[in-house]
Amino acid sequence: MNLVAIKMLIGDKAKYIGIIVGLTFASLLMTQQASIFVGLMTRTFGFITDTSLPDIWVMDPKVQFVDDIKPLQDTQLLRVRGIEGVEWATPLYKGLLKARLDNGNFQTCNVIGLDDSTLIGGPPEMREGRLEDLRRADSVIVDEVGANGRLAKQPARKGDPPIPLKVGDTLELNDNRAVVVGICRVSRTFQSQPVLYTTYTRATTFAPRERKLLSFILVKAKPGVAPRALCERILQTTGLAAFTGDEFKTITYKYFIKYTGIPINFGIAVTLGFVVGAVIAGQMFYSFTLDNLRHFGTLKAMGAGNLTLLRMVIVQSVLVGCVGYGMGVGAASLVPILSSGSELAFRMTWHIPAVVGGAIVLICVLSAVLSVLKVFRLEPAIVFKG
Amino acid sequence: MTTLLAQPDAITFDRRVDTAALRGIAVRCVGVTKTYGSGQSAVMALRGIDLEVKTGELLMLVGPSGCGKTTLISIIAGILDYDQGECAVLGQDPKRMSARELTRLRGANVGFVFQAYNLIPTLNAAENSAIPLLLNGVPRAKAVKRAREMLGRVGLADRWKSLPAQLSGGQQQRVAITRALVHEPRLIVCDEPTAALDHETGGRVMELLRAVALDEGRALVIVTHDPRIFGFADRIAKMDDGRITSINEGRHEDRSTARGAGGTSDGLTGLLSK
Repeated sequence: MNLVAIKMLIGDKAKYIGIIVGLTFASLLMTQQASIFVGLMTRTFGFITDTSLPDIWVMDPKVQFVDDIKPLQDTQLLRVRGIEGVEWATPLYKGLLKARLDNGNFQTCNVIGLDDSTLIGGPPEMREGRLEDLRRADSVIVDEVGANGRLAKQPARKGDPPIPLKVGDTLELNDNRAVVVGICRVSRTFQSQPVLYTTYTRATTFAPRERKLLSFILVKAKPGVAPRALCERILQTTGLAAFTGDEFKTITYKYFIKYTGIPINFGIAVTLGFVVGAVIAGQMFYSFTLDNLRHFGTLKAMGAGNLTLLRMVIVQSVLVGCVGYGMGVGAASLVPILSSGSELAFRMTWHIPAVVGGAIVLICVLSAVLSVLKVFRLEPAIVFKG
Repeated sequence: MTTLLAQPDAITFDRRVDTAALRGIAVRCVGVTKTYGSGQSAVMALRGIDLEVKTGELLMLVGPSGCGKTTLISIIAGILDYDQGECAVLGQDPKRMSARELTRLRGANVGFVFQAYNLIPTLNAAENSAIPLLLNGVPRAKAVKRAREMLGRVGLADRWKSLPAQLSGGQQQRVAITRALVHEPRLIVCDEPTAALDHETGGRVMELLRAVALDEGRALVIVTHDPRIFGFADRIAKMDDGRITSINEGRHEDRSTARGAGGTSDGLTGLLSK
């Protein structure tokens, strides 16, 4: 009877398409919005992801997330280096500085100052030049997106595309000359500012004069030393906060979840997708059952038990669920392809299709339950009524 | 006539009915009552029905609208409970059976023909006709094959792929009759089978049903308003106000004549393709 059930459903093209559209819309909206949310949250800790070599990040105890800079005294670096279990510890400067463009405009940049000798904390991928080129005078490495976008030079003729910043070009950072010696690729960050890498010493000369300029201390644990245990030791010895990379990522995205209202906005969109999908699909499915009540009654009269009818409704429900889910998630998968090169934050982890699948199952179960109750309550004697 | 339903590769399934124990009686109702609703709004549809339907008999239930015909046929078919009295359908009392047992009894032993045909519009003629076999657990391929054979016997061999909407009213009713017969039921109940058909087509459909009713061990109960088909009945039970007021012998000619006219598959096909 499964094939009979499928033919009954597919034969009613208007309703079948309506249910599929409802479920497709629900899966697409839920998948797409959830993926953008995860994409945005991933961007919040993009810089931590790129700085993967150290095991531990040491910072001021009041720091709430990776962009919340509360500088330390340089002497803290020496204290951390002296703690048992530390293989090495390097300074890292992170700050927002204004770069003056050739058209006179200013662009805020995320300037990263790396340890002068080791250059630990550098970009994950170089597109042009080498990391070691930072040892040259006034040198900076610019991220590819920034070089092609916000830091790009004005074209000679109006209407032409902007000219990307390239190796050998110069910038002005707080009235200091900076020469581009390399182009790198970095993970997109939440604030999406251009990223400039330079040495720690040079970064502190670019930065406005302050008593404390050390943003983070990057620490590598000695082999055999558990990073979490070392974090505790650093805290007890120096009073500074110390987190593993994963812990710092969690702290960062939890801050954004708690204080930015982003989850509420995306949550509303996802809920709307679920509700609208459920209403459309559920109503259409129920309406389909009502339209076919006479046929269900006929089947019941001819000897179809409730179990058989339940199986038929489940088969119909599973069919529309699978097709709608497949089309919705498939369409959502095309979003990053269609929007490649744009600023869209989109990251579909396996959890999202799994959760959306669960939501679609829930919609189908609700629709099927409503329909099957109607069928169960059906008196087969209705077949003889006009 | 038996060749109409006899198949070289008979499909068998548990019918849960001891045909020998029926002793020529397919349905026996004694003092059956049925009331819809309760209190002041209660409507007594049946007020003590005494009726026997014999095997090999075509019985017609006639009477004005609201006299209880549909209620009685529903009880006889095992799709509606009665309140009081006794009613044995194929030797078994539906009241003493669980819903599941009753559903199985119906599925294996009762065929239905409806006024509005009640064919599923998205299934073709063969698929519609195969449904009772599918419900009895017969594999789909075998069920559809048997349904196609049956459609051939009612003159629709070349229309087995057609959807109901592509068939005329008479053809749809023949598909419905095929569906009622395909699993070789012991009891066939029909509700106004000719009401939506013109006189000529209605006559052909009745000849087909009549031929089926003569098959050994099978009983046919027809509810009708259509006086044009009274001549096909063996007996006619007149109902009024929830009671059977009279049971008369029908005007149908001798059964042997009917066998000669339409008792074989070839005869039926010829009859319906006229």
